[in-house]
Amino acid sequence: MFIQVKNLTKKFKNNLAVNKINFNIEKNKTVGLLGPNGCGKTTSIGMMLGLIKPSGGEIIIDNVNLEKADRVSILSKMNFASPYVELPKKLTVKQNLEVYGRLYGVKNLDKKIKEISEELDIKKFLNKKTGELSSGQKNRVTLAKSLINDPEIIFLDEPTASLDPDVGDYVRGYIESYKLKNKVTILLASHNMAEVERLCDSIIMMKNGKIIDEGTCETIIKKHGRNNLEETFLKLARSKDEI
Amino acid sequence: MRFNQIYALSLRHIYLISGSLPRIIDLIYWPSVQIFLWGFISKFFTLNSEYYSNTVGIILTAAILYDFLFRASISYNMMFLEEIWSRNFTNLFIAPIKISEIITSLTLTAVFRTLIGLVPAAILAIPLFGVSVFELGLPLFFLLLGLYIFGVTLGLLVTAGLLRYGPSFENIAWASLFFLAPLGCIYYPVEILPESLQAIAKVLPLVHIFEEMRNILLNNSVNWFEIVKSILISLVYFVGGITIFYMAYFGAKEKGTLINMGE
Repeated sequence: MFIQVKNLTKKFKNNLAVNKINFNIEKNKTVGLLGPNGCGKTTSIGMMLGLIKPSGGEIIIDNVNLEKADRVSILSKMNFASPYVELPKKLTVKQNLEVYGRLYGVKNLDKKIKEISEELDIKKFLNKKTGELSSGQKNRVTLAKSLINDPEIIFLDEPTASLDPDVGDYVRGYIESYKLKNKVTILLASHNMAEVERLCDSIIMMKNGKIIDEGTCETIIKKHGRNNLEETFLKLARSKDEI
Repeated sequence: MRFNQIYALSLRHIYLISGSLPRIIDLIYWPSVQIFLWGFISKFFTLNSEYYSNTVGIILTAAILYDFLFRASISYNMMFLEEIWSRNFTNLFIAPIKISEIITSLTLTAVFRTLIGLVPAAILAIPLFGVSVFELGLPLFFLLLGLYIFGVTLGLLVTAGLLRYGPSFENIAWASLFFLAPLGCIYYPVEILPESLQAIAKVLPLVHIFEEMRNILLNNSVNWFEIVKSILISLVYFVGGITIFYMAYFGAKEKGTLINMGE
């Protein structure tokens, strides 16, 4: 297993945000992390990114325990994109990519920026300040930053939130084609069930800090007797009992 | 420590400053206003005070040195706050950069920000008031070094507070230096303070730096022992500042503030 999460727990004062969760992610697979707001998704991702110290349990990435690992070497294999985390607005797109490329120690950075800007169609506004871009353009730039180091693992937190359907579809299409061309493991947190069905090999459903179900989209939909993931999500989110 | 990563983080702030004329004006404006204000006060005192009659510009020199300390500290805080305001905090802390590299980068870049403001102000004082801080000679470098180390230390302590308690700690960032200014004996000799406060003041490097500055200008002699002592005291605080910063970082990881910063 590429990512192993064992009994992962996080307690903030009296609030048990994540309660002994266990899951594995195979290399080069895309796994969706689903659940209602406040179910512990962001906290779990925060722990996997090394931003939050777990209260218990362990995270093993590529056979290395995250807590005991060299922070720099493990972080250089990962990256993260979220519409809630922005790049400095007063820097141009190119300056931001240059800064992050250097932080991640990217070799042939100019070539990499050229390649990635062509792939994500951001070339025409490379010299524009990031704060002057539209939501859709910013989203693509954030995605470019998250791919600048050719990460082995990408954490995507609601990558298409607040995008219009056209741009959202473009981003989903890009992630889909990126997965095919590159060896990458993705953990995708999303509230867009169609997106999850399209991109994910399997899903993990969380509620109240616990995993309440996991498997492929098809098996989970079938198991709960629903027609699609949206209906399944609603059933699980609204049920009073944990499944 | 890796140069490329330190340079990358510095570059982020260099791009920010060089791409914004209002930011450059802001950096130059306040030190220049200080020079004007203290220049006129200094002129008045030199004409009406026996103590200062021997050396024109003691107050102005003190004002320039104090502003250097202030700018060093504020520059450090500002660079950290910029990351919070731009909601870039999470990106920074998930990048493969060591905490020691973040501290080094901010410390080095703060010099750049500080000098942008101070050099024009110090040069302005020469034709306007006939006062050149450069008359302090070689000791000036070491006095500035002590001030810089202490200024960065205050910056470290404030940023540690920001890490631990979030953006609500911002107001403390602006007020931090004013807490120490009365005990720093910037414009007056240490003997002015009550004896109980003198003891406290002497454990700060500021008293030693500003007393030595007055000694050089009034007596035209240099007490290197005092200068070295001030740098060593600053270094002790600096090590303490780094320790507290690390503690705040681990505390923030425990509390989860690194992921919510700026929200």
